[in-house]
Amino acid sequence: MPELNLTSAPAHLRHGSSIGQPLTRRDGVLKVKGQATYAADNHPPGLLFAVIAVSNIAHGRVTSLDVAAAKRHPGVVEVMTPDHKPPLAIDPEIKTNPFVFRMEVLQSNEVRYANQPIAVVIAETLEAATEGAVLLAPRYETLPALVGLDAGKSYVPPVVGVGNPTENHLGDVTAGLASADKQIDAIYETPAQYHNAMEPHAIVAHWNGDRLEIDMPTQGLMLSLARVAELFGIAHDKIHIRSPFLGGGFGSKGLMAGPPVLGIMAAKLVGKPVKLVLRREQMYGPVGHRAPTRQRLRIGADAEGRLTALDHHARTVSSTFDDFYEPAADASHTLYAAPAIRTSHDAVRVNTGTPLFMRAPGEATGSIALESAIDEMAWACGMDPLAFRLKNYAEVEPITGKPFSSKALRACYDQGAARFGWAKRSLQPRQMRDDAGLLVGWGMGTATFPALMFQAEARAVLRRDGSGAMEIGAHDMGQGAWTALAQIAADELGLDIERVEFKAGSSDLPDAGIAGGSAHTATAGAAIHSAGAAVIAKLADLATNDERSPLFGAGNAGVIARDGRLTRRDDESRSESYGEILARAGVAEVEARGTGAPNPAAMEQYAMHAHGAVFAEVKVDPELGQIRVTRMVGAFAAGRIVNPHLVRSQLFGGMIWGLSFALHEEAITDRRSGRIMNANLGEYHIPVNADVPPLDVITVEEHDPHVNALGIKGVGEIGITGSAGAVANAVWHATGVRVRRFPIRIEDLLTQR
Amino acid sequence: MKQFDYVRPATVAEAVAAAAQPGATYLAAGTNLLDLMKGNISRPDRLVDVTHLDGLDQIERLADGSLRIGALVSNADLAHDAEFAKTYPAVAEALLSGASAQLRNAATVGGNLLQRTRCAYFYDTASRCNKREAGSGCDARGGENRTHAVLGWSESCIATHPSDFCVPLLALDAIVEIEGRNGRREIALDELHRLPGHTPERETVLEPGDLILAVRLPPAARGFAAHARYLKVRERMSYAFAIVSAAAALRIEDGKVAEARLALGGVAAKPWRARAAEDVLRGVAPTADAFQEAAWRALADAKPSGDNSYKIELARRIVVRALTLAAAGTPARIPALPASPFASTSGAIHA
Repeated sequence: MPELNLTSAPAHLRHGSSIGQPLTRRDGVLKVKGQATYAADNHPPGLLFAVIAVSNIAHGRVTSLDVAAAKRHPGVVEVMTPDHKPPLAIDPEIKTNPFVFRMEVLQSNEVRYANQPIAVVIAETLEAATEGAVLLAPRYETLPALVGLDAGKSYVPPVVGVGNPTENHLGDVTAGLASADKQIDAIYETPAQYHNAMEPHAIVAHWNGDRLEIDMPTQGLMLSLARVAELFGIAHDKIHIRSPFLGGGFGSKGLMAGPPVLGIMAAKLVGKPVKLVLRREQMYGPVGHRAPTRQRLRIGADAEGRLTALDHHARTVSSTFDDFYEPAADASHTLYAAPAIRTSHDAVRVNTGTPLFMRAPGEATGSIALESAIDEMAWACGMDPLAFRLKNYAEVEPITGKPFSSKALRACYDQGAARFGWAKRSLQPRQMRDDAGLLVGWGMGTATFPALMFQAEARAVLRRDGSGAMEIGAHDMGQGAWTALAQIAADELGLDIERVEFKAGSSDLPDAGIAGGSAHTATAGAAIHSAGAAVIAKLADLATNDERSPLFGAGNAGVIARDGRLTRRDDESRSESYGEILARAGVAEVEARGTGAPNPAAMEQYAMHAHGAVFAEVKVDPELGQIRVTRMVGAFAAGRIVNPHLVRSQLFGGMIWGLSFALHEEAITDRRSGRIMNANLGEYHIPVNADVPPLDVITVEEHDPHVNALGIKGVGEIGITGSAGAVANAVWHATGVRVRRFPIRIEDLLTQR
Repeated sequence: MKQFDYVRPATVAEAVAAAAQPGATYLAAGTNLLDLMKGNISRPDRLVDVTHLDGLDQIERLADGSLRIGALVSNADLAHDAEFAKTYPAVAEALLSGASAQLRNAATVGGNLLQRTRCAYFYDTASRCNKREAGSGCDARGGENRTHAVLGWSESCIATHPSDFCVPLLALDAIVEIEGRNGRREIALDELHRLPGHTPERETVLEPGDLILAVRLPPAARGFAAHARYLKVRERMSYAFAIVSAAAALRIEDGKVAEARLALGGVAAKPWRARAAEDVLRGVAPTADAFQEAAWRALADAKPSGDNSYKIELARRIVVRALTLAAAGTPARIPALPASPFASTSGAIHA
């Protein structure tokens, strides 16, 4: 991999602290010039190309593959099948830890879902491998496919999401509903959705003796490395994974899935480096998705519009062979102060690839249902939706009773509503029109996402030439880790960002934890913070213990690291540069490691969440039913903002995703075959530029002393929540038609004239 | 991919000879064909690349007032030809409402006419499709079919023709010039595409080797410039095929409709001319009632082929709207959102 040359905005834009500065992304120029090396851009000498053949059926067995025909095709080198493959060290069906999901890596002829890998063709060219895969002409014994939310007998899974209880109770929901003046009872449906990162899953795998070199986009370098190590029975230090850039991940590249494992197996089989890249349609199966949900919300409110009960039940699906349950109902735990809350889940098994984390798993699906239901409840109470939300504002986390570590949601409501002009909204739907006669509607939703932390380590170095280094195996999925984490590193090392060599994206660096849960900046940032403090402490020891240093004896008073110098805290005239300290000590550099981890005591004491308020305007053609979002304002409070420029970009992305959730995205599954009928970006609709209105993001000031040392809450996912409901509610306000199945379709709005 | 021969003929005659062989197919921009080949829906043995043939990329005004558009003129070049857009505004609007800017830059006039359906079951080689494999059955019937045909479909096939361009061309009585093994001939565009019947695999009347050389708009097509619109309802603002679309063109004299032209897209296996609707508008005032009547006539024979009965009502409403917009007059400029119900939104609201 070539040396990365990251660039920053001119230094004059920054004054002192790097954190808080709106630096443009430092890898931006590389990307614009096509010089950022993504996994599939690697071509080691002797590279062969592997193409996966996938199952046409959703359930059954492969009874034959015409391996001979494939092998006869010019350029085809090998065909890997369940009968001809390198052995694995352990059965991939064994779940060695909760973050291991079962995968299809040619261990049997069984077919569990459509688009499951059933063979791999390895050839000298991509074209030859592709044709070889076609020539396999698989035959099947087909069994009936389980499809849809009513596919079979439902059951209550042991947990949902990552270890969340399936059911939660607060107070007496039945009594709360019985005592209510107004009630709603509504069912909302959300479709299966696929991550569809621009960059498909890809791997270049190269066995070098007993060493394994991997280029692969991953959101979890160490989790992936550990999984590869156990599957192939090799030591961790024999594996090197490089993942400097991801063309999006959204949760689908967090854990090792089957296809990259097949790439490693293929490389082993042929003894040469192998590249395996999924085709777009092959991403609709073996690499996770967001499961569909059917959610029933029953809400009661008293005569003043105070909630008396909130009952949120979610039905979802998992695969026939593994367990992941979209924790949709959990969205009702944190936002609204009902004295009685019940959340519950059940599921059916269907012939699908196992669902997985997809950007705001549970929060996104749960939010559009909850925010729609709250909107319906406000209307039933005759109240403005914002006034209704304020009336039911949660001063403590409703489900636990814990105080919030910080919660600037009121400010989000205020600032967002003011910017949007919410006060002019008509209470009644279908009252507003523009000059062209289009129906105009305004809707809102509350955004929330937990402030999570994982574990990470970083290594910091200060060098005699006055430069520094920070090493951490962090992941840049496009969100800006190369920039934001380097900003934190610069501050922690007391150096200008250009003097810090920031290394990330490689498994030979300290473990940065997984880039997920909107927790990467907080987690990696905390480790960088600790490592920086530790290396500065070492440097300070060198100075304050050396009688030749102007800082001698400052041990108790302490020193401040700034601009490449240590300065006595109580006497700014006494300072010394890092270089001078190290030169006199006769060392080339000092290094130290530091870790970041959640604080269990604080988590026990406080509920930790980011919040926000999203306001949307839509226009709807009154006769034709086509919808266009024309304005969105989102105000978010997410603790400390490391880089306002990148944070705004993340929130834009989330809000667009929310719009997409409400109006566009849906994987269409054939109800008979279980095959996905729109597995391409022409037919699986996401918004195009003309669908995205001017987006206005306000980051609301919020100081959180409890979440972590840096006060960071994370912004990767919260933008979806609130936004999807705001758009849906705006459609209701425009038309008077409440659509409870998403995405909202044209035909849903043709019922009235 | 399947290996295939690639032929680049020097003349039209050579092209026709090369393409008349079994397993051969013409390649122009390939915006549809290459996707079909990547997906193994089409597995030609031979591609006959016509993009280097001389003389097929001209837009010519003929002495009789016709316009002759070469088959290799790109969709973008045609739409952005100022004289063309002024004279045939609904055609330009339709072109600009299709695909994406990148695709329009590549896609050709001839290729647009011959693009294949977007029925998901046609593209999914694991599904039965009479169009892809004659006699295999139709999995779209009883499948996920909310965007499928409501006119002219058969039990064998409920697919739709996806072109926007063809819809106003059909309304304007476009003529297709074809070179074949037996020389040159011309047919009305309305005769080019076939309804499925029992042979949905035969999508056009073209014979092996037939090459579309040009599309001609007759002199009368110029008479609608003042009152011609294309309207397209789709599931996002751009880069989506029509759920239903309509081209409406009126010649208004003395406050009455002297002549009306109406065609629908996204409703049948071919662009759909609504002559019965045209007939009821002749000689009447362009009123909402008249347009409603026309809409009922246009969809009189429509019936759902699946979960798509809404398309019939939607089509009626689109007909009324398209006629209303046409009656109001062609805008001086093609809207920033061509053919969109949101075309009237002033300016581009996105940054």
